[in-house]
Amino acid sequence: MSFAVAAAGSSPTEYVSHHLEHLTVGEGLWTFHVDTLFFSVVLGALMLFVMWMAARRATAGVPGKLQNFVEVLVDFVDNSVKESFHGPREFVAPLAMTIFVWVLLWNLMDLIPVDYLPLLAQAVGLEYLRVVPSADVNAPFALSLSVLVLILVYSVKGKGFAGFGKEMLFHPFGKNPLLWPANILLNLVELVAKPVSLALRLFGNLYAAELIFILIAMLPWWIQFIPGGAWAVFHILVVPLQAFIFMTLTIVYLSLAYEEH
Amino acid sequence: MDVSLGTLIGQAGTFLVLVLVTMKYVWPPVTKAMEERRRKIAEGLAQSEEAEQALDKANAEADEIIREARRKAGEVIEQASQRGNQLVEQAKEEAIAERDRQVQAAEAEIRQATNQAREALRESVASLAIAGAGRVIESEIDDKRHREMLDKLAAEL
Repeated sequence: MSFAVAAAGSSPTEYVSHHLEHLTVGEGLWTFHVDTLFFSVVLGALMLFVMWMAARRATAGVPGKLQNFVEVLVDFVDNSVKESFHGPREFVAPLAMTIFVWVLLWNLMDLIPVDYLPLLAQAVGLEYLRVVPSADVNAPFALSLSVLVLILVYSVKGKGFAGFGKEMLFHPFGKNPLLWPANILLNLVELVAKPVSLALRLFGNLYAAELIFILIAMLPWWIQFIPGGAWAVFHILVVPLQAFIFMTLTIVYLSLAYEEH
Repeated sequence: MDVSLGTLIGQAGTFLVLVLVTMKYVWPPVTKAMEERRRKIAEGLAQSEEAEQALDKANAEADEIIREARRKAGEVIEQASQRGNQLVEQAKEEAIAERDRQVQAAEAEIRQATNQAREALRESVASLAIAGAGRVIESEIDDKRHREMLDKLAAEL
């Protein structure tokens, strides 16, 4: 039995479920996951601060290291957007970068050893703490539902109300009024499937990863570095990949919404 | 999966703020700087291209000027040597002419001196002869008639 489990003073089941409990305020639907909100706000602020530091002193001359780093990021995101989205990029590109970096930072929280921050929180009297926002289903869904709103906005922006309505009614089976219900149904399913798949993909990956880190943490301390190291290395691949997928699919969905087809 | 509406809304609100701040304060300055740099580099490359062409042109012009200068220098040397030859030739001719002139002048002088000497001699001979004859004959001699005769004699000398 490892130190962490011993410290929690409980059985393995209790240890795991303890780790999956959020630090909350409020009741029922209006429960706030304070840990998720706290970490995502802190990470978001960190992201903005670093970006802003670079942007504030952005020069067309020789760029500093920070500016260079941010420029690489901006260039990468801008190119990704340029490839799929053929409309004005003033909003979509910063949106894509925000999603990419924010989700990446969320995911990176998974690489902090699972017991560090919760034990620290316990030391200051907080009983529960989950540090990976993307492993809380609400965070990915908040993002993907925002994306759904943007999909609707961009559908209307790109095709107009009439065009969007026509597409909902006529696409994909045809203009025959008898087919309208089937068309609407299919389009609605498609519309709903986008944010759901977007959110669940990210959540599923990170939740599973977190769970495996928790399970590894229950092994004897002297063997943990082998599976823990292997899983962490694999996770280095998953962390940016999931952030990138979330960003890319957002761009693709917006471009599908914006363009006639 | 414990769905929490509060978390959902809080997260969406945070997201909105992040996107808006990124869009307003991060993205534009960075992309502007990158675009500006791209433009500067493009300008620099174009300028270096232009400068290269200008250098080629200047080199060609310089070659042309050097060729022209060589040609002119050759001409000048040619002219100078001709002029030199002419001067030498002219000087020679003038020297010869001067020599001839001086020789002639000297000859004329000699001739004149000879004539003068001869005239003087002739006169002295005539006087001497008259004096001699006067002393020999002593007597009456028509000075005028005999001088005439003697002058004739002297002219025969």
